[in-house]
Amino acid sequence: MKTVGYYPGCSLAGSGRELDLSVRAVSEAAGVALREIEDWNCCGATSAHNLNHDLAVALPYRVLALAEAQGLREVLAPCAACFSRLKGTAVRLGRSGELAERMREIVGLAYRGTVGILNVVEYTSRLLKDGLQGKLTAPLGGMKVAAYYGCLLSRGEGIVENEDHENPSGMAAAIRAAGGEPVEWNFATECCGGGLSLPLTDAVVDLVGAILADARAAGAEAIVVGCPMCHSNLDMRQRTIRARGRGPGDMPVVYLTELVGLAAGLPAKALGLDRHFVDAMRLAERTP
Amino acid sequence: MSKRRESELAAAVRRATDVDVAECYQCGKCTAGCPMARWMDLGPNQVMRLVQVGDEAAEGRLLESTAIWVCAGCLVCTQRCPKELDPAAVMDALCERSYEAGKVSRERKRILAFHEAFLKVVEKTGRMSEAALVSLYKLKSRDFFSDVALAPAMLRRGKLRLLPQIIRGRKDVRRIFRACRGGATR
Repeated sequence: MKTVGYYPGCSLAGSGRELDLSVRAVSEAAGVALREIEDWNCCGATSAHNLNHDLAVALPYRVLALAEAQGLREVLAPCAACFSRLKGTAVRLGRSGELAERMREIVGLAYRGTVGILNVVEYTSRLLKDGLQGKLTAPLGGMKVAAYYGCLLSRGEGIVENEDHENPSGMAAAIRAAGGEPVEWNFATECCGGGLSLPLTDAVVDLVGAILADARAAGAEAIVVGCPMCHSNLDMRQRTIRARGRGPGDMPVVYLTELVGLAAGLPAKALGLDRHFVDAMRLAERTP
Repeated sequence: MSKRRESELAAAVRRATDVDVAECYQCGKCTAGCPMARWMDLGPNQVMRLVQVGDEAAEGRLLESTAIWVCAGCLVCTQRCPKELDPAAVMDALCERSYEAGKVSRERKRILAFHEAFLKVVEKTGRMSEAALVSLYKLKSRDFFSDVALAPAMLRRGKLRLLPQIIRGRKDVRRIFRACRGGATR
């Protein structure tokens, strides 16, 4: 059995639970074992890079160093924000020996730069290509969905690779492979407001309202995401959007791995589809 | 590059980010694409311009601005800059400087309260835990009543973990925090 390192990140124990459940379920179906990095720490997210630039590199550095010491050559970081921080740190360390040396001193661990970081789109696409596609017993039957990349699965020089940053296509290709039909729409790479959900709710409601409206206008039955922050902004905030008369608030928002899991015939509850704020179980009824 | 004098502020930004703000020719593409511009008092191009000016008045305006805190880090500006500059990184460097100088915009104190709460939880336990983050944020921001209805709804869906996630290496993480704080004023 092939083994891939796993960095769930903090959100996946809480609001991003469905991403963890569906990543694990889909991996198992594909015959890939996920090995969680032992004793991993938070990547620091936006808060570290806003307040302290050393901390924003040192926290991911510890994770990379642990992964290397534990013999992991590749690590899946399903949260787009964690992915961007981990890979961004790896890229910067590769460019500056001086930074690498300073981080070794601060963190007290060596890191030689041998760990590759995968995001959820790259990982899922690889599973499909390496045999999972042949095991899809319940393809999505042309389900119309809007592939939403947001910021950190589309942008980041040297971080998001093999994608057109203005017009990414990896998620749409995976959706097609699972039998779904990605719609043409305008908001695939627009920001949802990210970590500002609590301290600047009005902005998030505004941005999310526009994203949902465009997906609806394009005829999408659901929005597909690959980031727990995008997910909680798009899914949980639909209550506020409905309350403020900005839309009906009934657009299901699912992770790419949930959708592929459905196509693989996995039970909807095992994928976490029953845990959403906007009902997503109805998508399960669409597959044979 | 023509002869010019680099301000102390521009030099500090360059050291922190590798961005030479003098290269910005004010095309405004960053601001045109910025999803948060509506909530900012200065557009990203104005932020770049004020760093170019770099005198005391310009620096004061920048460090007290709401713009630097409202930036969501979406990277649209950085992705599209025709000079391949990195305005998002400049915003970060200015946040850090504003924080250290104690000049954070009163209007955007809630955003700082969120970041401080987030880092406090990580410093103590090694990981972020949403329940601890939200309660600490509410104490710091005094924003007690928003979103209270979400907590029971999250609990019902198994999406709110009440116990913190505490790692074995939390002492190492605390040491990293201390070392980085020491280095921040470098």
